[in-house]
Amino acid sequence: MAVLSFEKKYRVRGGTLVGGDLFDFWVGPFYVGLFGVTTIFFSLLGTALILVAAAGGGTFNPWRINIAPPDIAYGLRLAPMALGGYWQVITICALGAFGSWALRQAEIARKLGMGMHIPVAYSVAVFAFFTLNVIRPVLMGAWGHGFPYGIFSHLDWVSNVGYQYLHFHYNPAHMIAVTLFFTTTFALSLHASLVLAAINPAKGEAVKGAEHENSFYRDFIGYSIGTLGIHRLGLFLALSAGIWSAICIVISGPFWTRGWPEWWGWWLKLPFWSI
Amino acid sequence: MRFNTTNVTLLSLAGAAAVIGFGLLFTFERLPVQTVQGGFRGTSMGRVDNPRTAVVMAAANQAPEAPEAADATGERAREVYENVPVLGHLSVEQFGRIMNVMTQWLYPGEGDAVGCNGCHVAGNFASDDKYQKHVARRMIQMTMALNSEWTPHTAQTGVTCWTCHRGQSVPANVWHEAPRSTGPNFLTGPGEQNRPSLAAGLSDLPLDPFTPYLMGAQEIRMQGANQHPRPESRQSIQQTEWTYSLMMHMSTSLGVNCTFCHNSRAFSNWEESPPQRLTAWHGIRMVRDINNTYIESLRERFPANRLGPLGDTLKANCTTCHQGVNKPMYGAPMIRDYPELLPAPAAQRAEVAGPRIQ
Repeated sequence: MAVLSFEKKYRVRGGTLVGGDLFDFWVGPFYVGLFGVTTIFFSLLGTALILVAAAGGGTFNPWRINIAPPDIAYGLRLAPMALGGYWQVITICALGAFGSWALRQAEIARKLGMGMHIPVAYSVAVFAFFTLNVIRPVLMGAWGHGFPYGIFSHLDWVSNVGYQYLHFHYNPAHMIAVTLFFTTTFALSLHASLVLAAINPAKGEAVKGAEHENSFYRDFIGYSIGTLGIHRLGLFLALSAGIWSAICIVISGPFWTRGWPEWWGWWLKLPFWSI
Repeated sequence: MRFNTTNVTLLSLAGAAAVIGFGLLFTFERLPVQTVQGGFRGTSMGRVDNPRTAVVMAAANQAPEAPEAADATGERAREVYENVPVLGHLSVEQFGRIMNVMTQWLYPGEGDAVGCNGCHVAGNFASDDKYQKHVARRMIQMTMALNSEWTPHTAQTGVTCWTCHRGQSVPANVWHEAPRSTGPNFLTGPGEQNRPSLAAGLSDLPLDPFTPYLMGAQEIRMQGANQHPRPESRQSIQQTEWTYSLMMHMSTSLGVNCTFCHNSRAFSNWEESPPQRLTAWHGIRMVRDINNTYIESLRERFPANRLGPLGDTLKANCTTCHQGVNKPMYGAPMIRDYPELLPAPAAQRAEVAGPRIQ
């Protein structure tokens, strides 16, 4: 991975959040920084612990490895390593690595004088993980409510959590989140098809630009959100999908213990109609 | 900020969203919750309960205090009273005791139509002129059967009249067949679906899962055994929704969720299912027996005001006994206090002569 000739001028000192010049250097193409070091530390430790925990779990089949959180009876205390303690330490490592990664993004953005959009956007995904395995378990009073680390096992967890509230499609925040996920892909496909259409004109014609793109949508639906606006919209839709996903799971349990269809009782009780 | 139309509109929308959002906060529950783990750690099986709701449920599901036990020796009831074919094997003292508690459980108070007069003709207790007496007799036979033939479901807890009646002559939770909707089905699909279904926990699943599964014996299990549909596969999404409607009924009746009986990664798999699923399996068959053998056999006895609009009887489902808790009265072993509701010992049963009472 060679460094391109013009890239050097972007390799400027400063912009670090913590540690000053200590880790302010590059290894090959990669900026290191203090948070690069902590990312490596947490990632290696976490991965090693996953392997150790898997070794005690009876299978190395990558589909079936299961590192489960402690029993509910342990509450918010630490559990013995083989009984959920691995899960607890791996969770700390995961959050350490994800957080370091976000802060490293912030340092790079500061060096380049850019906005904080990238670390903010990435943090929403980290926040969703934090909600699932820290906020909700703390609200419900036990680490045992976190999801297990394993490809099949975490899917089984998702399925059972849904069925603990009988019919998850009636969860109002789940409805909003699902709608946003679909809208995100819809907006991306509209944008992608528009760009590809503009830069692939008929043979012999000049490539079209933003004015053509805007004109297409004004002719089509009377409005064009614009070349910058579509990216703002895309980011809004994608981050909202993640945020509402986090909301839909954090209300299931802490703020609603019954079947989700029953939550809509307030709607059925509105004086405008009756069942 | 200039007060142009756009700003005013945006402000109004934001204000309305804030008001609605604040109002919706009151539709949720609050912390803390209590949880009971149901499966291996990390499978997220088990119960999640609101302790404030649990207190209300506990208060509403108490067994009444049992009167002092009766002496089982002495003269038999059939030697003293006329026309006592079902309880004639009891001692006179036991007979009086069970008549007394039945009065309190079904027709509390004193008057022309309550107390003893709920079932008996005043002044002639041997008379069979009141339909209630026929019903009571059949229900005692049923209770005895539930306490002897259906112990895989009723266990040591047993069943008494109180389990369903709770002080009312007609149990609070009964069902009958509903007339099919004759309205337009343009967007709502078949008339028996896609409206809020009380039976199915307010979801839009089929409105009446009882007729096919708790009266009829339609196949409940819908999970295909093969990876792909085959010509002989008869399972459809529509049938699955009927099954789910019954399952929603069972969950809400027992105050539990699907993971109480199933690991949802493989609903059909018995090996991965909690043992409660077996109890429920027997329960489904028990309710079919209750509805067919006992309640529907009384159809001709009931007056019209005790029948549904389609002329069928008021029948039992899971809620009739469970009333929101997974063991009726939290598993209070009532039958221990009321040995009168166990079937007569075989030796004495043979002595009971006369026609089979229906």
